[in-house]
Amino acid sequence: MIAPGDEAGVAEAVRAAHAAREPLAIEGRGTKRAMLRPVQAARTLSTRGLTGITLYRPTELVISARAGTPIPEIEAALAEHNQQLIAEPPDTRALFGVEEPATLGGVVGANLSGPRRITWGAMRDHVLGIRAVNGTGEVFRSGGRVLKNVTGLDLCKLLTGAHGTLGVLTEITLKVLPRGESSGSLVLRVADIASGVRALSAALGTPYGVSGAALLPEGHGAMQGCLAIARIEDFAESVTYRLDRLRAELAAHGEAALLGREASEALWRDIRDAAPLNPAPEEAVWRLSLAPSRAPAACAALRQAFDAKLLLDWGGGLVWVAGPATEAAHGAVMQAAAGGSFTLFRGPDALRAAVPVLPAEPLPLAAIGARVKSVLDPAGILNPGRLRA
Amino acid sequence: MISLPEPKPEILARRASILADLARLLPADAVIGEEIRLRPYETDGLSAYRQMPLAVVLPRTTQEVAEVLRYCHANEIRVVPRGAGTSLSGGALPLADAVVIGLMRMNRIREINFEDRYAVVEAGVTNIGITKAVEGEGFFYAPDPSSQLACMIGGNVMMNSGGAHCLKYGVTANNLLGVTFVTIEGEVVEIGGTHLDAAGYDWLGLITGSEGQLGMVTEVTVRILRGPEGARAMLAAFDSVEVAGKAVDAIIGAGVIPVALEFMDKPCIHACEAFAHAGYPLDAEAMLIIEVEGSQAEQDMLLGRIRDICAQFKPISMKLAESAEQSLAIWKGRKGAFGAVGRISPDYLCMDGTIPTGELPFVLRRIGEMSTQYGLGVANVFHAGDGNLHPLIMFDANDPESFRKAEAFGADILKLCVEVGGCLTGEHGVGVEKRDLMTAQFTARELDLQRDIKSAFDPGWLLNTAKVFPLEGNARIAA
Ligand SMILES: Cc1cc2nc3c(=O)[nH]c(=O)nc-3n(C[C@H](O)[C@H](O)[C@H](O)COP(=O)(O)OP(=O)(O)OC[C@H]3O[C@@H](n4cnc5c(N)ncnc54)[C@H](O)[C@@H]3O)c2cc1C
Ligand SMILES: Cc1cc2nc3c(=O)[nH]c(=O)nc-3n(C[C@H](O)[C@H](O)[C@H](O)COP(=O)(O)OP(=O)(O)OC[C@H]3O[C@@H](n4cnc5c(N)ncnc54)[C@H](O)[C@@H]3O)c2cc1C
Repeated sequence: MIAPGDEAGVAEAVRAAHAAREPLAIEGRGTKRAMLRPVQAARTLSTRGLTGITLYRPTELVISARAGTPIPEIEAALAEHNQQLIAEPPDTRALFGVEEPATLGGVVGANLSGPRRITWGAMRDHVLGIRAVNGTGEVFRSGGRVLKNVTGLDLCKLLTGAHGTLGVLTEITLKVLPRGESSGSLVLRVADIASGVRALSAALGTPYGVSGAALLPEGHGAMQGCLAIARIEDFAESVTYRLDRLRAELAAHGEAALLGREASEALWRDIRDAAPLNPAPEEAVWRLSLAPSRAPAACAALRQAFDAKLLLDWGGGLVWVAGPATEAAHGAVMQAAAGGSFTLFRGPDALRAAVPVLPAEPLPLAAIGARVKSVLDPAGILNPGRLRA
Repeated sequence: MISLPEPKPEILARRASILADLARLLPADAVIGEEIRLRPYETDGLSAYRQMPLAVVLPRTTQEVAEVLRYCHANEIRVVPRGAGTSLSGGALPLADAVVIGLMRMNRIREINFEDRYAVVEAGVTNIGITKAVEGEGFFYAPDPSSQLACMIGGNVMMNSGGAHCLKYGVTANNLLGVTFVTIEGEVVEIGGTHLDAAGYDWLGLITGSEGQLGMVTEVTVRILRGPEGARAMLAAFDSVEVAGKAVDAIIGAGVIPVALEFMDKPCIHACEAFAHAGYPLDAEAMLIIEVEGSQAEQDMLLGRIRDICAQFKPISMKLAESAEQSLAIWKGRKGAFGAVGRISPDYLCMDGTIPTGELPFVLRRIGEMSTQYGLGVANVFHAGDGNLHPLIMFDANDPESFRKAEAFGADILKLCVEVGGCLTGEHGVGVEKRDLMTAQFTARELDLQRDIKSAFDPGWLLNTAKVFPLEGNARIAA
């Protein structure tokens, strides 16, 4: 493993690999090595040596940090000023069975967003600027450190979610927001997934700024049954008022209770990290993105195909699935995701190497994609095979 | 003055046969060739620049757009996509050898889904048209550029437009789910859809704000949101720009993110007051308009908190709206700011740079100094929450020297924005206006990398040629 201590070192390592036509696996702390397809590379380039917050202006709502900075370190710095990462990225340590925390580069490279995505946008929506090294070892920048910027082509978006295949992120600037002064949740016991999605759609269609809308088909902790949960984060007075209104307006959707701040925060941490999914170690995990109203049928199809464990977030638009790590189960997931999108989030190498881990692209886009890849990584040395065979 | 590339003589020479070909591809009324009917398309919102196009086509369907692009690609004819033509950076300015493809006839709303909170609309639907279609159920489309009555969603996507409320609701990019995209080869592809976050490369994010450089958009799927229970505004006036800036910092530092936070300097306050009689304080050096949302009680609570914060900075005056009508009155001056400046000056250039908000006092002082140096007045309105400056430089278009000075002044302001850590454009785009300033923000290699990405989509550089990228150092544009 190569783990340079600065950006110049990363550039140097990529330049050498480019000259030698030698593939590199790109990672932060490798927490997501088991995500998507296994990379075929003799050497690994890690950004774990690039750490530290380089700029933080709470009143300007921006923070910049080197790509290898652990997420908990960034969250701690923000918490000192009562601010937070808007997209609430999941902590995937338990899911991937690793000890080390994710790095900023890894979370942005994977565009991983949690519950707050439904109202406040994805990780990629908050990336204001990047520094990166392309596949020939050149350093380049895109975006900047201001909240609004439409100057030139937005390569931040292109690299966010590209899983290291178009460049190695070395420094990232994010928009951040104040943390709600308080929070709380409305929990509804609903008959099934379909009525739960309807309840959440109703909640998201209210004027109360619901910032989390999840569905736990198997209950949670002491709470049994199928639960639809809506979260409010705001000033304390607003949380009380809005939860009361929400309970009144959603009364017809099921038996209701309110969770106070502590219980609510603990529950949403679990939902963020997909803890209620509770997959067995040998099981695969998928994430499906669908229009919420299509989720009930997709879930029914998955349950018919195999013993699917399910957890829904984003008002039903995000379906976490756990099940047997077989090609048959994967085929059922691909089918259920038609009209939407899926990723094979976790699985054994054999399965990940054998199946498409995300949907195929329309041919014209695939052709453009190949040309874009050859602009940024002409020798194809960055994370070969990570996204597609 | 900004130069356009030399038109290709062989294309100009073939004009009649190109028009005849287009008339075979499209219904007769969709092709415009006569000078008198071409005239309305010779400029956009940057009206200082004019250029008659080779032809204009007004397709009604995605298939027709694809046919025209396929034809132009096969014949190496340049194309200029156009929505409502409200671009303030000359993004839709024609070229003499280009076919303008205008999408104003693609103005149908295809689908509205309240349960999944999206709307599918054609690219020529106006921004306000989306909100109009969903407001009956209490929903709205969030990005609200001041041009929202006229500008079209396709143009919004290509300029990644924002508005006064984007501090809370984000810009166009944050409110899109999918587009129907037509490549220069005439291939139609669906990008994104009715769901969030497609896996794989983020083509939707790259296309948004690409100013017609990568392909054309014919349909757009946007997120629609349920509107708040209500909204109310206040204004706070201060005797110095620095102090007003500190009040903004204190509000945001206290964890209050208003839905809108607008900053006006003294010349702008005076211009707006003369125009709208909104009751603005004429003795103030700077004024903030702050809007909050929620129930009546929540509005009271939030405005109360903001008033207490502002009070620490010894405001000259504060006015909290008691009703929706009083809010409208507070906004009336701000919303009419461009018109107001238009009344006190024969012409003005509206600039659009972004700065880190901490640099505001320094930047406004420098702009004041430059104003004296150039001998041209300037009024500043500013989205204070997100650092997006709109200096309005007043000049006289009948005097070429005055116009030259205004352009140089504008360029100096934008370079200043970059120097303090900001950027050349926050919402209006680069277009032709800021094309030659791109080298102030990007290195030659960074610009080349962006050009190479454009080439991956448009190898022949036929799409909106001569916009966004400086001509100098651009080997790809054959003169
Ligand atoms: C559908 C459903 C199923 C359940 N199933 C089970 C079960 O099987 N077994 C079991 O033991 N329990 C069950 N419960 C009960 C549930 O576990 C408890 O209600 C919950 O865990 C208590 O959380 P808490 O600690 O925040 O509650 P508490 O703190 O005891 O009370 C609720 C909190 O809400 C706050 N609050 C009240 N009104 C408002 C408001 N308007 N705005 C903001 N905050 C407010 C209060 O301040 C209080 O802190 C179920 C509840 C529901 C809704
Ligand atoms: C008075 C006034 C106020 C304004 N206020 C704001 C504001 O508050 N915020 C803001 O962001 N902007 C503002 N603008 C600028 C302008 O309205 C926006 O940039 C708007 O998005 C342009 O939309 P349009 O339909 O007029 O596009 P056009 O001007 O026609 O085109 C804009 C660009 O997009 C390309 N294009 C258009 N349609 C397509 C398509 N379907 N496919 C591919 N490319 C296409 C064009 O080639 C051009 O480069 C304002 C303009 C005016 C005149």
